[in-house]
Amino acid sequence: MSILIDKNTRVITQGITGKTGQFHTEKCLEYAYGRHCFVAGVNPKKAGESIFGLPIFATVKEAKEATNATVSVIYVPPAGAADAIWEACEADLDLVICITEGIPVRDMLLVRNKMKRKVAQGGKETLLLGPNCPGLITPDEIKIGIMPGHIHKRGRVGVVSRSGTLTYEAVAQLSELGLGQSSAVGIGGDPINGLKHLDVLKMFNDDPETEAVVMIGEIGGPDEAEAARWCKENMKKPVVGFVAGVTAPPGKRMGHAGALISGGADTAEAKLAVMEECGFAITRNPSEIGKLVKSLL
Amino acid sequence: MKIHEYQGKEILRQFGVETPRGIPCFSVAEAVEAAKRLAGPPWVVKAQIHAGGRGKGGGVKLARSLDEVERHAQAMLGMRLVTHQTGPEGRLVRRLLIEEGSDIRHEYYVACLTDRASQLVVMMASREGGMDIEEVAAREPEKIVKVFINPLDGISDEQARRLAEGIGVPVSSLPGAVITFKNLYRCYMETDATLVEINPWILDGAGRLLALDAKLNFDDNALFRHPEIAALRDVDEEDPDEVEASKYDLSYISLDGNIGCLVNGAGLAMATMDVIKLFGGEPANFLDVGGGASTEKVTAAFKIMLKNPKVKGILVNIFGGFMRCDTIANGIVAAAREVHLAVPLVVRMKGTHEDIGKQILAASNLPIISADTLSEAAEKIVAAVR
Repeated sequence: MSILIDKNTRVITQGITGKTGQFHTEKCLEYAYGRHCFVAGVNPKKAGESIFGLPIFATVKEAKEATNATVSVIYVPPAGAADAIWEACEADLDLVICITEGIPVRDMLLVRNKMKRKVAQGGKETLLLGPNCPGLITPDEIKIGIMPGHIHKRGRVGVVSRSGTLTYEAVAQLSELGLGQSSAVGIGGDPINGLKHLDVLKMFNDDPETEAVVMIGEIGGPDEAEAARWCKENMKKPVVGFVAGVTAPPGKRMGHAGALISGGADTAEAKLAVMEECGFAITRNPSEIGKLVKSLL
Repeated sequence: MKIHEYQGKEILRQFGVETPRGIPCFSVAEAVEAAKRLAGPPWVVKAQIHAGGRGKGGGVKLARSLDEVERHAQAMLGMRLVTHQTGPEGRLVRRLLIEEGSDIRHEYYVACLTDRASQLVVMMASREGGMDIEEVAAREPEKIVKVFINPLDGISDEQARRLAEGIGVPVSSLPGAVITFKNLYRCYMETDATLVEINPWILDGAGRLLALDAKLNFDDNALFRHPEIAALRDVDEEDPDEVEASKYDLSYISLDGNIGCLVNGAGLAMATMDVIKLFGGEPANFLDVGGGASTEKVTAAFKIMLKNPKVKGILVNIFGGFMRCDTIANGIVAAAREVHLAVPLVVRMKGTHEDIGKQILAASNLPIISADTLSEAAEKIVAAVR
């Protein structure tokens, strides 16, 4: 098993005809069962055409009806990305993965509240991964997003992270040590996002194939501490934790929109302390993540 | 993006939030002229820099005569104002705000921001204005009143009233407070602000409520739809190296150490800084070259890092996913040649076309120290700068 996606998942790509969308769709198609999993694209101006042999539809709803897809991935530029997320929610998809970086916070705030209100009023819940994230992968089955597929290896370690290349670093260490991954999930570096560390940890906890989890956080926000506190009472599997930004100065945005120390509780040291207190095996050296996981299995 | 206090107050007034009358000035003569046009004495002379704590550093002065306005303006313009937020080097004062003095009866605090955990807008207020709100929060958290606002609904009259009553606004001024909170919320949302903070927000002798200070920050990602706010940017207030880096789409932040680092990805860039520190070194900067690093970008990155005289060595850490290590290696070689690199350079490359990248570096005959892991890279650069 795996979490969220596997080789039977059917995926629609929103923004498939843009430069980024085309580049990464091609890579996703080439990966494992990609040809099987990616079934359609969406672009209202190019409906009826096709790309990489995939039909293009005007709307997510039409694409879903024609293909029975349940997941979408978004490469739409920032100004229209929140609307693209909402379109996927209105089409009642199970999961929407937003890769786009640079979406205005207000747009995300509005769409997140619309999503929550829809569920509160009895509508179907659509999970959101991202925005500003690399996506997720279940090795040897399906890759949705921009991570390099070849560094991954099928296995039993779950990975959840706010960052892109730092996740690749951890994954490559695991694979080199012969430790494969059940799924690797990038939740993204924005302040207002969908699935959080906690949500993904719960899924790994419930996944019988996952035996240990790597959680990679960074400065800013309360999410890592919240996830750690839940794990203290509920997590049945070992968790290895790393938080980037011990040397980051307060009040400065470190690349990611959400990586900003705004108070004492969201520094890397404060988060590491909570994680340690809640039973995580933490490391301050990201080069040691793989070895630490190996020592726990 | 940050703006000056006087610009923030102009925006607040556009949304119906009252402030004292004031005029921005760039010279002593303009300051005196401004005072003449405003009611007074007294006037307040306020240094305009993008940092808090100006009062304690001598950047806010009361003037009881035009002579005093002139003296204070003379002293402030061109001074390096040091506050707890500027660092020891301080910030050069280039602009002033001359304002009518207020008859202050009470100082409150009010702010609007986005709460990440609840994904709602939070407006918070306190009866203890004029001081550091984090101190109040730590010492007397009960003195801070918060309301959580769903942006789909906006702030309700009831919420605005709860805030006003919670901080003890006198009954006669309650209607004004409710209107101010609603206007403040509208200002926050409609300008794509990430913070609107008024400290102090005062009650004057006539029962009026006025914003005596204004701190407004905006979402950089939303500036495309606010050209009038983007035009308020004052690059004099920003680190010149950070401004230069942004032209090349590089994310760069100056730090105090002596090891420059060039990394792809924000998380990995932070982690690289952390490992340098772990091995006893100090990073000189944060630098994320992003996903599509061309030779031109890498060269620009080297130039910006090397402008810092403190830099005694450089660590390059690249995880090649779709960015191939050979592309980066070519960029590094070209950049090192162009800038006549004279400090030690450690390169750690991992991922796609790693071997070709390493061959390119080795064949360049440049004194590049190669490393396989992040730990090894950090150890080598720390040793090299000693």
